[in-house]
Amino acid sequence: MPEKTMVEAIRDAMFEEMKRDDRVIVMGEDVGEGGVFRATEGFVAEFGEDRCMDTPLAESCIVGAAIGASLNGIIPIAEIQFADFSHPAFDQIVSEAARLHYRSNGTWSCPIVVRTPYGSGIHGGPYHSQSIEAFYAHVPGLKVICVASPYDAKGLLKSAIRDPNPVIFLEHKKAYRAFRQDIPDEDYTIPIGQAETKREGTDISLITYGMMTHHSLKAAETVEQENGASVEVIDLRTVSPWDKERVLESVKKTGKALIVYEDNITGGFGAEVAATIAQDAFEYLDGPVTRVASPDVPISPYSGILEEYILPNPEKIAEAIRKLAAY
Amino acid sequence: MVSVKEIQGAAGLSGDQLLDIYYKMLLARTVGQRERMLNRMGKGPFAVTGEGHEATQVGTAFPLKPGYDWVVPYYRDIGVALTIGQSPRDLLLAHLSRADDISSGGRNMPSHFSDPHLRIVSGSAPVATHLPHGAGIALASKLRGLDEVTIVYTGDGGTSTGDCHEAMNFAGVHKLAVIFVIENNQYAISVPTRKQFAVEDVSTRAEGYGFPGVTVDGNDVLAVYAAAKDAIERARRGDGATLIEAKTYRLVPHTSDDDDRRYRSREEVEQWTARDPLVRYRGWLKEYNVADERKLDGLHEQAAREVDEATEEAESAPTPKPESALTHVFVED
Amino acid sequence: MTAIKEAIKTHGLTEKQLLQMLEKMLLARALSVRQRILQRMGKGPMTFSGEGHEAAQVGSAFALRPGVDWVFPYYRDVAVAVTIGMTPVDILRGFFARRDDINSGGRNMPSHFSHLGLRIVSGSAPIATQLPHAVGAALAAKLRKLDEIAVGYSGDGSTSTGDWHESMNFAGVQRLPVIFVCEHNNYAISVPWRKQAAIENVSIRAQGYGFPGVSVDGNDVLAVYGAMSEAVKRVRAGEGPTLIEAKTYRLMPHSSDDDDRRYRTREEVEAWSAKDSVAAFPHQLKELGVLDDNAEKEINDRVNHEVDAATDQVEQEPQPEAPTALRHVFVEEERS
Ligand SMILES: Cc1ncc(C[n+]2csc(CCOP(=O)(O)OP(=O)(O)O)c2C)c(N)n1
Ligand SMILES: Cc1ncc(C[n+]2csc(CCOP(=O)(O)OP(=O)(O)O)c2C)c(N)n1
Ligand SMILES: [Mg+2]
Repeated sequence: MPEKTMVEAIRDAMFEEMKRDDRVIVMGEDVGEGGVFRATEGFVAEFGEDRCMDTPLAESCIVGAAIGASLNGIIPIAEIQFADFSHPAFDQIVSEAARLHYRSNGTWSCPIVVRTPYGSGIHGGPYHSQSIEAFYAHVPGLKVICVASPYDAKGLLKSAIRDPNPVIFLEHKKAYRAFRQDIPDEDYTIPIGQAETKREGTDISLITYGMMTHHSLKAAETVEQENGASVEVIDLRTVSPWDKERVLESVKKTGKALIVYEDNITGGFGAEVAATIAQDAFEYLDGPVTRVASPDVPISPYSGILEEYILPNPEKIAEAIRKLAAY
Repeated sequence: MVSVKEIQGAAGLSGDQLLDIYYKMLLARTVGQRERMLNRMGKGPFAVTGEGHEATQVGTAFPLKPGYDWVVPYYRDIGVALTIGQSPRDLLLAHLSRADDISSGGRNMPSHFSDPHLRIVSGSAPVATHLPHGAGIALASKLRGLDEVTIVYTGDGGTSTGDCHEAMNFAGVHKLAVIFVIENNQYAISVPTRKQFAVEDVSTRAEGYGFPGVTVDGNDVLAVYAAAKDAIERARRGDGATLIEAKTYRLVPHTSDDDDRRYRSREEVEQWTARDPLVRYRGWLKEYNVADERKLDGLHEQAAREVDEATEEAESAPTPKPESALTHVFVED
Repeated sequence: MTAIKEAIKTHGLTEKQLLQMLEKMLLARALSVRQRILQRMGKGPMTFSGEGHEAAQVGSAFALRPGVDWVFPYYRDVAVAVTIGMTPVDILRGFFARRDDINSGGRNMPSHFSHLGLRIVSGSAPIATQLPHAVGAALAAKLRKLDEIAVGYSGDGSTSTGDWHESMNFAGVQRLPVIFVCEHNNYAISVPWRKQAAIENVSIRAQGYGFPGVSVDGNDVLAVYGAMSEAVKRVRAGEGPTLIEAKTYRLMPHSSDDDDRRYRTREEVEAWSAKDSVAAFPHQLKELGVLDDNAEKEINDRVNHEVDAATDQVEQEPQPEAPTALRHVFVEEERS
């Protein structure tokens, strides 16, 4: 099995899907020359400019035209260069893609994927760093995926492309080239809405997703080596729909829940997880449902010093684990 | 009856076609009036209708191939929906939010037309968000090598949005088979066009996107038809997009919730009533002996009957099951 | 030659002003070059270069009144910033994300120019979002009957955005004292103009908004200055906005993260390098007898010294203190 980075895995997923199904196209800014993160490297040579289409600099139109094309037999993957630039397309995503099927009483549907790099920790400043999953997880009719590892990215992106619904596919940009993973040669998919327990444990359930999965695993190791708590780390992978069953099952086992996310703490997706645990696993809890997230400031300032100060990291997570374990 | 071939300005239409156009206009007018009446009677919570726009709507939709070409209308387009093939019953089922409302099953507001078989695409309320959809549909036709044409409608207010610009620019770059129809009725609710744009003819913007723009008298159904037919032929040939600005007037308030006396003088409305596209076209049909008074009156009666029947059917049709509100959030298979 | 003389005469430019323009161009160039070098040395995570755009930027900004007129630049506008009055220290503090960075205190990316006193307004990264702000500032000037102009700068890619259109349209409807400068360098990162729009000159769109649009040679600083002066005159006469399209070329990659060899031929870049205004303008000034070798060297020395000194100074300066990351989410004082 070849080792791949996440961006290579994403490229492969699209490439293979475009080979498999000639209705699939990619459209976005700079995708023709390979994209600013190289996710479509070589696509024009293989598929031509029509199937790997540079668009004008107009995100609302990228998503809006993708919606239109999806009504007429095309399966578009709309690439938004950075998640921060999906905001001009908010209306198209929320008012159009998410609502079309419902508002037409189930007659029209809109199989599009909006792929976009998100997340902080790369000196991106306040406009190349945002986490946008909570906006879209709030909207019925959208599926929202957050990936930060090559294997998951490939399997989930294939599922997203094959899904008959609009899917927001968020790729943590810090994870694009941060690590490699073995990727099977054969075709595989990962079901949307299924979390994965990345590490088993008995004392605390740590629920997370995206880049924070890696930080959380590190923190869990650190604490365990100190002869501290045994932490179970669950990577949600998909935030809408999300795997309530697995999370509740784990919390019922450990009695403690720590939720880690990179987004601002207030109204972040972890708040939904916390509320569900409080409501559905209350009598199993041996400690406060706890969150580690960024403070409520724009994510993230450009200066490395400022950026690091606000983002959750393995040390901050480990500290929260110790505290919750001691409760 | 004279041979219409000899009639100047008949745009090559047969006598039957000329009368069909008239009938569609009548039907649109009658459905609009009926919906407003039902609303006043407390039977439908909301009505948005297109009285005054009939020439623009029927004239542009008539040259399309229903069920083959794609139609992306906005809320005023009763005349478009009927011309493409929705029935008065379809529209009234939507007006009364009945279970069998083909457009939305009672989920969308009335006049948000949709019918997959007729390729009339469901729209939302935010103005002009459907323009990029029109461009996208046309892009798909191009990628798939099909000679389908897409027609997209919006109002004068719609032209100020970012989506309008982005969609037209995209259509220009990709030379798409799409026609943008601006139903310029001089108002966006209460805002007159002089506050909407600083140009006389908004069709001049087309040049900035690299395709032609024309302004037509939107109350002259045959002029509108001729402009649309040209544009549709151009698009089908692969020569790209056209912007058609049809100058018209809505003879009724913006919606059932609007009181247009606050912002339009009665004189102005009367002046435009005198230019009513139905009256005008009726005069033309008589002048050129396409039909006589009796024939035309017969069409009026027929339209009234059709709408009466549709009203009865719609009123007695079942309402949606409350729990159906939970279905179709996602495609389930 | 006579064309230049003519231009200088019509615009009433003095020799001193011409030399000032040259100095701003050279200063901007030196700052772009310096930041690229520093970035490659690992001293800052990223940089945008304005190289190639100096004539378009200095020519347009020179017609403005610093601190009176409002400037809404974009990330390429280092020469606009220095022409309006930002110093090399201001620019480099942005690059190094230092505590005393006047642009953002290390919060925004470099080249996101901001200076309250000079009325250079802080911008974001999403393309063209500054244009509605420029329109709004002009609206305020109109409502308050102030003799102030707002200028919105952006690139050719920006013309495809909804915000661009909405700004042009509103400016036209309200006849606002605003000037839009489009620095048309034929690329939006890798996307060439032909994929951005189906027309040759984007300036023709202005007619659709009810005001004039002009295309000028963006590598000819005096031509740009001339177009801008005309636009300023129109604004002053209450005639509303102008769209100026300055055709130019960026000589460097889009940013330090970009490799332009993937999408531009070296021949193309060389052909434009031959038209580089920073090389051409001194030459013109010499032919006019406004500049000689000595004076040129003097200016260059001054510029280089300034940039060297600023680099040395700013590198030694403190970083922001980490907990300040939590400040300024909201205005902390009462509203006046
Ligand atoms: C984005 C958005 N803003 C505001 C509204 C409220 N609104 C509904 S219709 C309308 C006026 C539209 O005018 P125009 O495009 O000229 O069409 P007309 O109704 O005159 O046919 C407005 C402002 C809306 N639906 N969407
Ligand atoms: C809304 C938005 N979409 C995408 C981007 C990513 N991006 C940054 S600069 C750029 C190209 C801009 O090109 P242009 O306007 O021509 O300016 P230039 O860089 O050529 O001076 C793009 C696509 C962005 N910043 N904002
Ligand atoms: Mg450019």
